[in-house]
Amino acid sequence: MNIQPARGVDGSPVPGAERGNGASGGSSRRVFRTGMNVAGSLSERPYDVVIIGAGLSGLAAGIRLAYFEKRVAILERHTTIGGLNSFYRLRGRNHDVGLHAVTNYAPPGTKKGPLSKLLRQLRLSWDDFGLCPQIESSVEFGDVVLTFDNAFERLRCQIADVFPDQADRFDRLVRRIREHDELSLSNRYQSARAIVGEYLTDPLLIDMLFCPLMFYGSPTAEDMDFSQFVIMFKAVFCEGFARPENGIRPILKTLVRKYRSLGGELHLRAGVRRLVHDGDRLTAIELDDGRRVRAHRVLSSAGAVETLRLCDPPLTAPPGVQPGEISFVETIFCLDCLPSELGHHRTIVFYNDAARFRYARPAEPVDLDSGIICSPNNFQYDRPLPEGRLRITALADPEFWLTAPEPEYREQKQRWCERLVEAALRHVPDFRSHVVDVDMFTPRTITRFTGHVNGCVYGAPNKIRDGRTPLENLFLCGTDQGFLGIIGAMLSGITIANLHVLGQSQRSVPLSPA
Amino acid sequence: MTRDQIRQVILDILAKIAPDEDLSNLKDDVPFSEQMELDSMDFLDIVMELRKGYRIQIPEEDYQHLTTMESTVTYLEPLLKDVESPAKPAG
Ligand SMILES: Cc1cc2nc3c(=O)[nH]c(=O)nc-3n(C[C@H](O)[C@H](O)[C@H](O)COP(=O)(O)OP(=O)(O)OC[C@H]3O[C@@H](n4cnc5c(N)ncnc54)[C@H](O)[C@@H]3O)c2cc1C
Repeated sequence: MNIQPARGVDGSPVPGAERGNGASGGSSRRVFRTGMNVAGSLSERPYDVVIIGAGLSGLAAGIRLAYFEKRVAILERHTTIGGLNSFYRLRGRNHDVGLHAVTNYAPPGTKKGPLSKLLRQLRLSWDDFGLCPQIESSVEFGDVVLTFDNAFERLRCQIADVFPDQADRFDRLVRRIREHDELSLSNRYQSARAIVGEYLTDPLLIDMLFCPLMFYGSPTAEDMDFSQFVIMFKAVFCEGFARPENGIRPILKTLVRKYRSLGGELHLRAGVRRLVHDGDRLTAIELDDGRRVRAHRVLSSAGAVETLRLCDPPLTAPPGVQPGEISFVETIFCLDCLPSELGHHRTIVFYNDAARFRYARPAEPVDLDSGIICSPNNFQYDRPLPEGRLRITALADPEFWLTAPEPEYREQKQRWCERLVEAALRHVPDFRSHVVDVDMFTPRTITRFTGHVNGCVYGAPNKIRDGRTPLENLFLCGTDQGFLGIIGAMLSGITIANLHVLGQSQRSVPLSPA
Repeated sequence: MTRDQIRQVILDILAKIAPDEDLSNLKDDVPFSEQMELDSMDFLDIVMELRKGYRIQIPEEDYQHLTTMESTVTYLEPLLKDVESPAKPAG
């Protein structure tokens, strides 16, 4: 059996290591070759908009702005694009950093919903993302199993079968969910558990519904904001999962190609280290290497707290805005056979084996009670993927992984990788003798290569929906604006670009010369 | 541009914003929003596309004139009367 990460440490070619950090020089290796501006000749003239971060939200915002003839530059600290959903190559294999599944799936031609809205707004076509729908997924709490796929009726029938006394209540809850305007930028926090508890009375069903929604999009422990619950409910249960045959790469490449064809500038290894301001407005943007750039407006996808920390003089975060602490470890197993050959046909399995489902920072380095098993193979592709893969993800304690000294960090990774697999074997056939390669990453990896405090995948618990900051020409997009996930992050970039740049016709005063 | 040409400009913009809509039966006196899936983001795009293609600024208080094809053409007629019809769709 070989289930240890083969070259365990984060000094090994996990994503963080491959990319290097602009501040310290980093590696000179160019991972991505679509002719991006790596060395970077930044303009002296102020840009209309500078975007911090070439993740999904920054790229989507960039396309909107470049399409409407704004002079835009995206500044990305790392050597490649994608942020929390990037890709890397390790020992001859392509890996995705984050991608389990693209949520919010809708079949070609659909006119409503986030995916079609996003494609319209970016002037992309359905074929550009090449999404293939899932086979089926499940929520498994001990022996109780609910299966679902991209047809919502399936889940309804399952609930009527497994929880007959909850069926009518569930229908009423769904009506409430469908009526809720979850995207309104003025929504206030409401406890999702309190609202769901008005409809459903079986705590097991409640937890089984919350489990996938929290795993795929809750920045807060134990409970969620009701609007966020509705966003995730629709994204996961009503719309469902899909994946491009080649993972996140084609999506990112489509975005970059579009952005560049519209004249947008993309500067890699161009980390922002300081946002100089006069108390009201940003006046200059200073890069890690000391270069200075000017812009009328800045959109930042670096995170709320992370962005405010760049501000000089320092700005205090508005009350309630603090870094989150929900993070994950992720293990990727390459197999010598397909998962289906071992009898595993499900796309994604969300499991919990404790008496109650706890979504919180665990007391141990990794939460072994619950997790996610994802097989990138189990989507409806035209032909099977060449290699079998399984990814197992579980909640992790950021502090442990961020502070462990180097040799211990390595040992602990191996140890918890093995324990995580053992725990997951209750929900997946024993695949251990088929493992040919392993990679694992932790909150430390995520922090290292996206800059997100605590390795937070879903950002701060309190979202700033309108994207405003204390400075009048600095706006947030992405994770901390509140729309999460691949589709959500892109919609966030679009929404903030529309709201704060395109929607208003009046010119703002340019930043004064640096 | 003539009214017909302006109508064509709007149709081209709608086709770009909503490629999955069938526009062949669009009724000129019925609001766009009753005939196709258009939200506020899409309306912003009609305005933005007009600005991009024809350099006309439409202030927010005038968005109400862009409800139906007929009202839109009437509103745009004076603004576009000295503008040449595009050889091919702008953008
Ligand atoms: C393990 C994992 C699994 C996931 N699985 C899924 C999934 O299956 N489905 C799904 O829909 N979503 C998934 N997600 C979530 C999804 O990836 C994110 O919600 C989304 O990518 C966030 O995009 P963003 O643009 O908001 O932020 P980011 O991707 O974090 O973009 C921010 C960018 O800013 C850059 N940056 C930060 N600071 C600076 C600076 N000072 N100067 C310059 N650049 C800077 C960063 O390097 C980064 O590239 C997953 C995430 C992870 C980590």
